[in-house]
Amino acid sequence: MANTMDSPRTAVSNPPVQPMETNLTQRDLIRRSATSELPQPERQLTPVAKLIDVSKCIGCKACQSACVEWNDTNPAIGENVGVYTNPHDLSADMFTLMRFTEWVNPETDNLEWLIRKDGCMHCADPGCLKACPSPGAIVQYSNGIVDFVHENCIGCGYCVKGCPFNIPRISKTDHRAYKCTLCSDRVAVGQGPACAKACPTQAIVFGTKEDMKKHAEGRIADLKSRGYANAGLYDPPGVGGTHVMYVLHHNDKPHIYADLPDNPAISAVVQTWKGATKYAGLAVMGLAAAGTILHGLFAKANRVSKHEEQEAQEAVDHADKREEDA
Amino acid sequence: MSSLADNTSANVAAAKAGAEDTIRRGPPVEVVRYGIGKRINHWVTAISLILLLLSGLAMFHPSLFFLTDLFGGGQMTRWIHPWIGIVLFISFFILFAQLWKLNLPNRDDVKWASQIGDVLGGHEERLPELGKYNAGQKFIFWGMAALIIVLIATGIMAWEQYFGLLTSIPTQRVALLVHSLAAVAIILVFILHVYAAIWTRGTISAMTRGTVTGGWAWRHHRKWFKDMAGRGRIDPAE
Repeated sequence: MANTMDSPRTAVSNPPVQPMETNLTQRDLIRRSATSELPQPERQLTPVAKLIDVSKCIGCKACQSACVEWNDTNPAIGENVGVYTNPHDLSADMFTLMRFTEWVNPETDNLEWLIRKDGCMHCADPGCLKACPSPGAIVQYSNGIVDFVHENCIGCGYCVKGCPFNIPRISKTDHRAYKCTLCSDRVAVGQGPACAKACPTQAIVFGTKEDMKKHAEGRIADLKSRGYANAGLYDPPGVGGTHVMYVLHHNDKPHIYADLPDNPAISAVVQTWKGATKYAGLAVMGLAAAGTILHGLFAKANRVSKHEEQEAQEAVDHADKREEDA
Repeated sequence: MSSLADNTSANVAAAKAGAEDTIRRGPPVEVVRYGIGKRINHWVTAISLILLLLSGLAMFHPSLFFLTDLFGGGQMTRWIHPWIGIVLFISFFILFAQLWKLNLPNRDDVKWASQIGDVLGGHEERLPELGKYNAGQKFIFWGMAALIIVLIATGIMAWEQYFGLLTSIPTQRVALLVHSLAAVAIILVFILHVYAAIWTRGTISAMTRGTVTGGWAWRHHRKWFKDMAGRGRIDPAE
C-alpha cells in the first residue's frame, strides 16, 4: 500500500518499513528557477500540505526542536530579551519559529496570546523562485513543495526580495539560502515533516492538501461554535494558495499574528524587475549592439582628411610666426 | 606683457615635457590629449565596467548565466561583482574630479546637439568650433557619472553579504529594479561611447598612446587646438 502511494497521507503514523524509492526527483519538477524550458513531468504527485491550527498550539516549541534535530542545524544560543520567541528570528539555522504575540481583543478586552509557527509557506506561485537568477537553485515539485538546491545557490539574496513572507535567510557561513523544506527528504520516502510528527497537540497536521482543507473545515466549525465568528483557513489566493496553511481564529485580520500578511502576493516591483525589465532590457541592449555593428559595417566612418591635417600644420606654423613677430 | 611671456615659457616647457594639452610639432603634428595618469585611470574604469557588465548580465538574465564561468562560478560572480563596483566607483570619480569642469555644458553644445544630423553625416564644417569635448562626449560623461551614483547606491542596498539588513526588503526590491534599469542604461551609454570612439577614426589613440593627430584635433575640437596653439603650448623646434 505504502509502496504505491506517491506521498504520505499523515505525519502521525510510523513510516512504511519496506524500502522505498525517493519519489521527489528531477522528473517531478514543475518549476525550476532561471530555467525556461523544463520538460513536462511524467506524472502528477498528489499535492500535500501542512496545516497549522493556531488555536491548538501551546507554544511548546517541540516543532522547532524537531526541525533543528532533523535538519541538523545548530542555531546559536541567544539572549532572553523578555519575549518567548526564541531565537529572535528565522535564520539559516532555524527554519521554523514560534512567534508569540500578546494581543488585546478590542471586542472582549481579553488578552489573547497568539502563537504562530512561522516558516516557508510553500506558495503555489513562489516569489523566491521567480526572483532566483541561478538555474536550478530553487525548484517546485508537483506535490507543491518548494525546495532550495544548495549546490546551485549563488547566495545573491534575490529569493529574500522575492518572498512575500520574509522567509529565506542567507547563511553567513556558506553564503547559501536556507528555509523550511517541508521535510522534502522525509516526504519523498513516505514520512511526514518532522515538526508535524513532533507536535504533541496535533496543532500541526500533514497530509494531502485536499484532506487538510477538509480537516480545517471541521476545526473552523468547532471554533465558530465557540464564538470565534471569523475563524477561517489561511490559504492566500494572491500566491496561488499555499502548501502550508493556517487555521486562524481571527482570519479576518491575519496581521495580528506577528505580521502575517493579509493579502500576500509577489511584489509588483519584483514582477516588473523579473518580467518586463529582464526581457525588454536584454532586447534593447541587443538592438543597440546590433545597430552599432550594422552602422559600423555600412555607414561611412568619420575620417580626418589630408586637408585637415594640412590645416593643422599651417595653424602651428602660423603660431610660430606670430611668436617670432612678438 | 611680461606675464604673458612667462606664461608662454611655462607653456613651452610643458609642451617640451610632453604634457597634456600640448602640440607636438612633428611633422606630422600631434596633440597630447591625455597624460599617462588619466589613461591608466580610464582603463581601470573601463576594465571594471566590462567585468561588471559581464558579471551583472550573468545575474540579470538566465540565458546569460553561463557568463558566471568567467568568474569561477555563480558564488564567485556574486562575491566579486560588488567589489569591482567599488573599484569602478573610486576610479571613475578620480577621473570625474579631473574632467568635470571641461564637461560643463555651453551654448555650442546646444547648437551641436540641434545639428546632430550634420554630426552623423560628417559635416563638421557646419558645426561650431568646439573645445576639448563636444556635447556627445559631455552626455556620456554626465550620463556615466549619474548612472554610476545610482548603481553604487542601489548596489549597496542589494549587497546581501554586508548590507542585507541596512534597508527594508521592500526598499531592496525597488533598489534591485532601479539597479537593473540603470545597468541597462549604462550599457547603452557604454555602447555609444565605444562606438563613437570607433566610428570617429583616430580617436582611440587618445586613450592608448595619449595622442591624436593635428588633423583630428583640427576637425573635431578646433577651439581646443587653436587655444593650445595661441598659448604657445607647442614643443620648441629642434
